[in-house]
Amino acid sequence: MIPATFDYVRAGSIDEVVDTLKEHGDEAKLLAGGHSLLPLMKLRFAAPEVLIDLGRVEQLRGVRDLGDGRLAIGAMTRHIDVMDDPLVREHCAVLADVTAKVGDPQVRHRGTIGGALAHGDAASDLPAALAALDGTLVAQGPNGSREIAASDFFVDYLTTALEDDELVTEVRVPKIVGPWGWRYEKFTRVAQAWAIVGVLAMVKRSNGSIEEARVGLTNMATVPVRASGVEQALSGRTPDAIADAAANAADGTKPSSDLSASAEYREHLARVLTRRALEAAAR
Amino acid sequence: MTAVDTPTTSNVGTTKLRKEDAHLVTGRTQWTDNIQLTGMLHVAVVRSPMAHARVTKVDVSAALEQPGVVAAFSGADLADQWAGGLPCAWPVTEDMQSPTHLPIATDEVRHVGDAVAVVVADSRYGAADATEFIDVEYEPLTAVVDMEAALADGSPLTDTQLDTNRSFTWQKIDGDVDAAFGSAAHVVERRFINQRLIPTAIEPRAVVCAPPREHREYTMWSATQVPHILRLMLALTCGVPEHELRVIAPDVGGGFGSKLNVYAEEAICLVLAKRLGKPIKWTESRSEGYQATIHGRDQIQDVALAFNEDHTLRGMKVELHADMGAYLQLVTPGVPLLGAFMFNAIYKMDALSFTCHGVLTNKTPTDAYRGAGRPEATYAIERLMDEAANELGVEPFELRERNWIKHEEFPYTTVAGIEYDSGNYEAATAKAKELFDYDGLRAEQQRRREQGDKVQLGIGISTFTEMCGLAPSRVLGSLSYGAGGWEHASVRMLPSGKVEVITGTSPHGQGHVTSWSQIAADALGIPFEDIEVRHGDTAVAHKGMDTYGSRSLVVGGYAVQVACDKVVAKAKRVAAHLLEAAEDDLEFDAGTFQVKGSPDANTSMQDVALAIFAAHDYPEDMEPSLDSDATVDPENFSYPHGTHLCATEVDTETGAVTIRSYVAVDDVGTVINPQIVEGQVHGGLAQGIAQALYEEAVYDAEGQLKTGSLLDYFVPAAPDLPHFTTDRTETPATTNPLGVKGVGEAGTIASTPAVINAVVDALRPMGVNDVLMPASPQNVWNAIQAAAPADGGAA
Ligand SMILES: Cc1cc2nc3c(=O)[nH]c(=O)nc-3n(C[C@H](O)[C@H](O)[C@H](O)COP(=O)(O)OP(=O)(O)OC[C@H]3O[C@@H](n4cnc5c(N)ncnc54)[C@H](O)[C@@H]3O)c2cc1C
Repeated sequence: MIPATFDYVRAGSIDEVVDTLKEHGDEAKLLAGGHSLLPLMKLRFAAPEVLIDLGRVEQLRGVRDLGDGRLAIGAMTRHIDVMDDPLVREHCAVLADVTAKVGDPQVRHRGTIGGALAHGDAASDLPAALAALDGTLVAQGPNGSREIAASDFFVDYLTTALEDDELVTEVRVPKIVGPWGWRYEKFTRVAQAWAIVGVLAMVKRSNGSIEEARVGLTNMATVPVRASGVEQALSGRTPDAIADAAANAADGTKPSSDLSASAEYREHLARVLTRRALEAAAR
Repeated sequence: MTAVDTPTTSNVGTTKLRKEDAHLVTGRTQWTDNIQLTGMLHVAVVRSPMAHARVTKVDVSAALEQPGVVAAFSGADLADQWAGGLPCAWPVTEDMQSPTHLPIATDEVRHVGDAVAVVVADSRYGAADATEFIDVEYEPLTAVVDMEAALADGSPLTDTQLDTNRSFTWQKIDGDVDAAFGSAAHVVERRFINQRLIPTAIEPRAVVCAPPREHREYTMWSATQVPHILRLMLALTCGVPEHELRVIAPDVGGGFGSKLNVYAEEAICLVLAKRLGKPIKWTESRSEGYQATIHGRDQIQDVALAFNEDHTLRGMKVELHADMGAYLQLVTPGVPLLGAFMFNAIYKMDALSFTCHGVLTNKTPTDAYRGAGRPEATYAIERLMDEAANELGVEPFELRERNWIKHEEFPYTTVAGIEYDSGNYEAATAKAKELFDYDGLRAEQQRRREQGDKVQLGIGISTFTEMCGLAPSRVLGSLSYGAGGWEHASVRMLPSGKVEVITGTSPHGQGHVTSWSQIAADALGIPFEDIEVRHGDTAVAHKGMDTYGSRSLVVGGYAVQVACDKVVAKAKRVAAHLLEAAEDDLEFDAGTFQVKGSPDANTSMQDVALAIFAAHDYPEDMEPSLDSDATVDPENFSYPHGTHLCATEVDTETGAVTIRSYVAVDDVGTVINPQIVEGQVHGGLAQGIAQALYEEAVYDAEGQLKTGSLLDYFVPAAPDLPHFTTDRTETPATTNPLGVKGVGEAGTIASTPAVINAVVDALRPMGVNDVLMPASPQNVWNAIQAAAPADGGAA
């Protein structure tokens, strides 16, 4: 639990972050809440030569209304501040609800939305949520900024579309308008842990039937997965169709086998939890 | 014992806030890792990444070039420093096979985490960085992981110096087992797996060793439960005379048996302090500790019960495979043998055969972990009683009650040949059933079974007993243990009327300072606040057997009581002298010596203490001192018991288990401090439930520890545990003057089978008769899948 030696740079602005990244290339790592990075460093699975601390970059914090039907959440906004933010609660409460299930209170008071997404771990809760929301991330590098869709951002296990000299500056999510219901079913070994499988179901109802359904799966592949077959099967149907549709929830997934669950069991859980999440969301 | 009047003041039996807590909760503790000494150096240990290999080369030269590095040594460099290997104090058989266990391996490593070299630097970080520059070459050898395969002919060996992986086979047969089984109407047989666990004390292990300064004495601070045993054993291992070594256990943050040992790092720090002449510190990281600190449990249990037609229990057969790991640590081989006296539990039977194969494997050594041998035994018998009830078609309580020892039958000599002095299983059970609403829950269970609910209710029973108060020295001798089980206490009356109690027990969270103060306050009639309890330093508490096996109160508290009684007896003589009365005419109550019938003729314990300090006027035939020592050797073990009931909700679709309610009615004899007792029960329940539902140390076929950190080894936290309903019955022990039985392990021992019985009970209608521990969702789901009819028509 003793990290290797590293240099420490405290950045004051986004420009300074970009300059420092450019200077050090892949020898540098950005430090947000440190709750994913520092454990890796302490086990010496990661040994960056330079840590660039984003903690004092005020531009990266907070939530604003983009005015185009979306909210922008600064990358350094901590989980707890996402959960408590009035704009998030009013316009995208589903994100607050999922974030409330991340780790434990200590983790939520240090970990950030940007770090949780940039880490690229499909076992974390927020990637699947961002996928289900069709959210985007804004990346900034030496050549300016670009917006990347969640579906393009997550490439593989702990691998994202970010370049070595880019940082995530903000996360954009649509305002949820209309009669949507949602439920995040997070299935864990102990109460405060990563999901064995997680399912976020969002359902828009109209006149007793399902106008639109979205299903995001946590930890069912190396990247977050949308159960698109289930979504399509429910469009325009009544909630009675949920059980049959959910039976296909594991189609197209590639879950891993580990000490907590076999791949076969994860697929089973995905089906059961998808049904339960959809039933709750459609109520 | 000296006959003295019983005082009427009562600290004993009341909840006193713990004297220890103010400094603990305000962070004014002295953990070993907090100790900073001038010139102190830090040692980091290079550990084998392989389970079994020949070490062909260790080159430390590049490490010596690193900044801040003072020294680096291979095992061979230090081989001449050890007077012997690390000790195993429990040679259970004459032909027991025990791999040589040097603190740093020389030519063969036998488990992942075995030490191969050390680096000493001026900072902890510098030492850790330099370990990467030590060049070790390994030639892999086959790792022995599976216990049964290890005993098969032609198995690869755990240790190439031995010719077998069988450390020992130990047998104890009581009664005529063949007769019991031969004529039985029903035999119920099962194989249970008691999985390997990793003790996880909040404070990791840490050691500081300072070389002699003004004195000729080395001083070692260690996060240990056993400063006295450690001193003796290190003296033998490192060739430092015992009187030149002082061991201090400062504040110690939990142990559960994992700090009941003599570890390589303690020997390494002593030898390095000797060699380098500087204070040396080592603190383990959590993942390091998971490889280098003992594990617990790990048994394959083949068990069978024989019953008569009328469901009377006739006999029991037990055959154990117990995983020793790669080395025999301090009491490794003795742990499973405690089961020889415990598998029969609270039940009467004519015959019991117990066979234990101690098996060496290339894994971290096992040793005593909270309960040590008794949780394993209790798990097997209480699971088996539920299985038997199911097979015989009787209510599980009915089967237990038919066979348990009735309260009027105590004292009762069990089939295993030990005498249970007292107990009342009927009373504890009646109370537990009422608190639990047993009949109401059974009715609900029936309803939900009929409705085919997706979430089923299960009810689990555990009517347990255990043996505590380790231990009568003669019994330990008969079991080939290397030492006795006595305990020592001293009481010093200070001139101002304050008191110092010195105890040989070594608390690490149990609150001895508080409980011992309560005992002494009542015995001496001195206010609770005026008593200080000192412990855990061999220069202060010169004699002791330390803390483990729920022994401290039963043996150490008993010693405090006896030492106090001696003080009172001496004080009474002085008081009689000062009051010019006959000793027989004095009464002692609440700290006052009173001449019977003369209200004005009295004196206090404090006045007597001052008078004897001045020593101007005292009886001719005594020394001018009230101070007293007592070394007590218990005449028997103590036998706490109780009835635990657990209700689980089991989601038959996902396999998820939730504990809905838990009732623990414990009988731990007389209670000194109810809140401390309750705290011990709560912590014990958490650890027993952890084995049932969450924790398992997993090794792969190459002997790699797959659960090497808290990320994969699931220690439950508060949100994972239910509300505990705890209550007590009080049947005092008759074998010590306090009537106490010990409570340190009860919760752990009782709860594991209660929870698993509840999980199995929930799934019984689906054809499930066992669930592997931990009953994780995956394991429960597997059990449901395995039981499901071939057409897949599970409920
Ligand atoms: C005990 C524990 C339990 C946890 N439980 C859960 C859980 O249940 N569910 C869950 O989802 N998560 C869980 N987490 C992870 C937690 O949410 C982390 O906080 C989060 O994954 C990473 O956020 P961070 O701010 O700490 O990032 P850091 O650890 O600081 O960084 C993580 C990675 O992202 C990079 N990075 C950080 N910020 C940026 C940026 N702006 N641009 C580009 N790259 C960046 C870093 O360089 C690093 O590679 C847990 C963590 C712990 C320690």
